[in-house]
Amino acid sequence: MKNEQPIAEKERVQRILPMAAAKPETAFKPPSLEQDFVVGKLASPVGEVPKVAAALTGRDRMGSYLCRWNIGRMSFVVEPGLYALGSPDSASPVLVTANFKMSFDQLRVALPNRDCWLLVLDTKGINVWCAAGKGTFGTVELYDRIVSSRLSEVVTHRQIIVPQLGAPGVCGLDVKKYTGFQVVWGPVMAPDLPAFLDTGLVADPAMRRKGFPLAERLALAPVEFIQAIGKTFVLMLFFLLLSGLGGEHSFWQASLEMGFFAVLALLAALISGTLLVPVLLPWLSGRAFSIKGMWTGLFSFLVLVAIYGFVSPVRIIGRLEAVSWLLMVPALSSWFAMNFTGASTYTSRSGVRYEMLRAIPLQAAAGLAGLLCWLVARFWLT
Amino acid sequence: MKSGNFLHYLDNVVTLELDQGRCIGCGICQEVCPHQVFSLQDGKAMVVARDNCMECSACARNCPVGALRVEAGEGCVRAIINELLGREGDCC
Repeated sequence: MKNEQPIAEKERVQRILPMAAAKPETAFKPPSLEQDFVVGKLASPVGEVPKVAAALTGRDRMGSYLCRWNIGRMSFVVEPGLYALGSPDSASPVLVTANFKMSFDQLRVALPNRDCWLLVLDTKGINVWCAAGKGTFGTVELYDRIVSSRLSEVVTHRQIIVPQLGAPGVCGLDVKKYTGFQVVWGPVMAPDLPAFLDTGLVADPAMRRKGFPLAERLALAPVEFIQAIGKTFVLMLFFLLLSGLGGEHSFWQASLEMGFFAVLALLAALISGTLLVPVLLPWLSGRAFSIKGMWTGLFSFLVLVAIYGFVSPVRIIGRLEAVSWLLMVPALSSWFAMNFTGASTYTSRSGVRYEMLRAIPLQAAAGLAGLLCWLVARFWLT
Repeated sequence: MKSGNFLHYLDNVVTLELDQGRCIGCGICQEVCPHQVFSLQDGKAMVVARDNCMECSACARNCPVGALRVEAGEGCVRAIINELLGREGDCC
């Protein structure tokens, strides 16, 4: 009845747009008022719309903080659909975002004392840019949300502000063609939105540029660190175990002989690959992240050797053992650093592929050679 | 110009292609590109900083005449390993 025409139109879109897939109508119920960040409801021509505030609560901040440490990151979501920020009316701007709660929060926190409509797309809890790359922040999803939220009944104008970083997934012309709404590309970063709105939706060139400042690199590093810590732990156990099997003393005593240094060396690789590289990124030599990681690995290994005498005065490390870690620490650090390309804001897929095909054989060769040296040092030279 | 220059990954690797013959000079590529790869000159788009391209495909997705091509895809290490091994798997 009321939706007859849009659904026919939707089928047409799904035939035309390659990434379209049929979705059940139940996927388009309006967002719940029961979500803990919803502060009220706003009556609109299409019924009650959940209202949100620009100010974040302690709970919102805690959620973001945990996310940065990779805790609950994939379930930090907002129900997709239309929200009211402040008290928007039929002439208020419409801003589109992803249903990753951190994206949603960064958008509303950037807009204090403003009245806007926020249209949240279902990106499966992924941020705008990554979701645009995957196609979930895409033309079809945007089309579906505009139709299912009955946006054309809520506002009288025909403009939506989509973040520029959504452009890999959204074709503005198709959106205009199928919904009548003109896509205006908003600034890359949400904090630029007030200026953008006040200057009549014009973004200056700086607002169109994506940088990678230290604060952003620092915010992203803990996730890398946490993701790598599990693997490092397994390696630590492996070396402790092997160390315990060699030597002449009891298992526990023997495991500490070479195992203690192994644990420290692996920790050095973890820190240099996942923390030092993000922090020092602009100043490390080499463009490939694997090379940057090799340098930090080498550096942290040398620091470790220099201070090891103070940490553990009872035992000095053997020459072959030192060589083994000289190979393994930079190799592992290089591998961890290479993984940071996925979080960076400027690496291309072709480049990462190019780098991987060359770096992985070297990392593996150095790692295996190092392991061999270590085994010889443990089982044949004691 | 704070630390703008380090945002430069490997040289000569990106798959970006611009067919200037088709270009109508609308400037949408320049608008959506987050790394200033394009410039408009004499009513045509030009690739002025090719190695700054990160293959996000925003330009290709929005070009009204299909003048741009870029091989896009998930650029993270795990996704590429899955792809090289012919495995199904997600990135992040």
